[in-house]
Amino acid sequence: MKRKFFAYPYIVWMILFIAVPMLFIFYYAFNVDGTWTTERFLSTISDKDTWSVLWRSIVMAFETTAICLLLGYPIAYILSNMKKSVAGFISILFFVPMWMNFVLRTYAWSAIIEYAIPDLFHVENTLTDLPGGKTIAVLLVMVYDFLPFMIMPLYNTLSKMDKSLIEASRDLGADGLTTFLRVVLPLSVPGIVSGITMVFVPSITAFTVPELIGNGDYSLYGNKIEQAFKSGNISGYSVGSTLSIVLLILVIISTVIMNRFDKDKEGGSIL
Amino acid sequence: MESSKHLIELVDISKDYNGDVALDHINLYINDGEFLTLLGPSGCGKTTMLRIIAGFITPSSGMLKMNGVDIAKVPPHKREINTVFQKYALFPHLNVFDNIAFGLKIKKTPKAQIKEKVEKMLKLVNLEGYEKRWIDQLSGGQQQRVAIARALVNEPKILLLDEPLGALDLKLRQEMQVELKRMQRQLGITFVYVTHDQEEALTMSDTIVVMKDGVIQQIGKPTDIYNEPKNPFVADFIGESNIVPGLMLEDYKVRMNGVVYRCVDAGFGKNVEVDAVVRPEDIDIVPPEKSKVSGTVASVVFMGVHYEICVDCGGYEWVVHTTDYAAVGSRVGIAIPPDAIHIMKKTRSNNIFDAEVWPGDGAIYIDDVAFPCDGLEAYENKEIAIVSIAPENVHLVAPQDAKLTGTVKACMFLGTHYEITVSCEENDWIAHSQDFMEDGEEVGILVDPDKMELTKKEDDESEETEKSESVTREE
Repeated sequence: MKRKFFAYPYIVWMILFIAVPMLFIFYYAFNVDGTWTTERFLSTISDKDTWSVLWRSIVMAFETTAICLLLGYPIAYILSNMKKSVAGFISILFFVPMWMNFVLRTYAWSAIIEYAIPDLFHVENTLTDLPGGKTIAVLLVMVYDFLPFMIMPLYNTLSKMDKSLIEASRDLGADGLTTFLRVVLPLSVPGIVSGITMVFVPSITAFTVPELIGNGDYSLYGNKIEQAFKSGNISGYSVGSTLSIVLLILVIISTVIMNRFDKDKEGGSIL
Repeated sequence: MESSKHLIELVDISKDYNGDVALDHINLYINDGEFLTLLGPSGCGKTTMLRIIAGFITPSSGMLKMNGVDIAKVPPHKREINTVFQKYALFPHLNVFDNIAFGLKIKKTPKAQIKEKVEKMLKLVNLEGYEKRWIDQLSGGQQQRVAIARALVNEPKILLLDEPLGALDLKLRQEMQVELKRMQRQLGITFVYVTHDQEEALTMSDTIVVMKDGVIQQIGKPTDIYNEPKNPFVADFIGESNIVPGLMLEDYKVRMNGVVYRCVDAGFGKNVEVDAVVRPEDIDIVPPEKSKVSGTVASVVFMGVHYEICVDCGGYEWVVHTTDYAAVGSRVGIAIPPDAIHIMKKTRSNNIFDAEVWPGDGAIYIDDVAFPCDGLEAYENKEIAIVSIAPENVHLVAPQDAKLTGTVKACMFLGTHYEITVSCEENDWIAHSQDFMEDGEEVGILVDPDKMELTKKEDDESEETEKSESVTREE
């Protein structure tokens, strides 16, 4: 019974920093000048612009996640098959940029795109000047920023995999590719799931990268929320809170779906 | 030789890992349909041999023939060989049915046939109705059966088993031994079984291959290996035994511990030093006046079916297994019938090393450590010579009292003393000692300056020919 005592600080923490802010969000979304109403909420979510920006963000997050997975899986796989000491050194190379400030890295990329590349190759237009170039630039930097978050869980899962399972598969007549598809890939699903979650959620809420790389005139959903809160009037708080609630629901749904994938053994492999 | 009977043949196979020899010129054939066991202590190379047959390791040299064709470079998935892995290696993402069907699905066997074959296998291993279970819902014994079924369903020419029963408790292990033997008879598939458990090997095998340090010590039927061990190592490893140094006076007469016994072995010559093996269960305890050898009972341990009694006969302690009880301290006679004594050729295990000679310092260097040595006048500085040191002249001391230290790798009781193998940086030393030493214990090595025999390194041939005396199989 005494042990309950140790939980109190956490309960206080959770009330102060999780429950109260959530209540504020709901308060601003549904309360206008002291009266409870759904009017603001409905007008915000019926705005066409909201949905087009949200859609753009979802597509961007999907693309970022997919590219990270395609790049990260082979890297993690190769690392997991290396000697522990070598793999450790190489993975540090991957993670060192991650320990650097996020905004600093993004600024660096902005400088590369805007000044370094045009100077080096003597071109007039930067990538962001081209039609659709901003989307590509933002995608590129997002992939760069989030790739380590994909590699880490994949590497953990793959390096913990029992190597005798691979031998068993070879022994039973499977060649390298078949072994990968039938044994390695299905067994790395937990790593894939946490990698996707770790990349998808921050990239759908990202606002620093589009802000800095897009030079202020490229916005994703995160930027829209930021702008709403920065507008300075109370109705902006209401719009921002509403947008946040929509995003929250979206993230909850995607997380639930991903977790289903992980635990659903009856469905077997993803093949 | 009817080579058609030989399903698998290892021809002069060696394997080393960066200079560490795991297998040393192995020659062995395996007959079609037999149950062959590779038996030896850990690190003897038995698992390496199995993995070479499976295809997970490529030998450094030599040929691996299957039905006369060299398959040393064929990848594992193209060999008609399946393995039951030590920790089963069952696929955790598949249920029992899909685990067993794994190999068949890869071969694109029709679905109906897969179902039929898997069910037949489940019946064979007594797991009917377990198709839908997940691996983590099975007990160790059940997982073991699934692993066997998964391998056997592919109808391999050879089934390799890598200590498959190691993780099971005693009762289950004994049950599985009987069942494995039954399956092997029923299916007629060649089994190659790796174990360090001599009892397991004796129970199941048609042929046992005893290994030590990457070298085959003896190949034979279980009864032959047990009754006629070729050297003290085999005798000591297979069952309990009294190993006594003896002198073969003439045919059928051997002297052990100063007493002359009649025996049934001949052909060693006159007055030849030999090792004699006497199994504890072959010795009888009799009243002291009825035997020429008597001693006092030093200890009695009840072992279930029999007592293990140690009888101290002044300098030598006989281990006896008998159903009769004898009180500690009482005086008893020891009777050894002639056919209980098995005579072995004495294995001369001298320490023979390369040494760097420094006459100026009056020392030679072995294992990069200086040993003072006499009689170096004939040598030049830095010359490499061959040094031979008898095991009884190697003194084992506390590590801080010697320059050269090593760890104990093996300790074997040879009747009057222990033969201890000490692993140093480069060489393995053999020493005789009155004290038992634990494996892994750190010891120092000292040798008296006048007990080292040096010879010039000229004819490399002699050493080679001595080594190539390898163990072969008798039909």
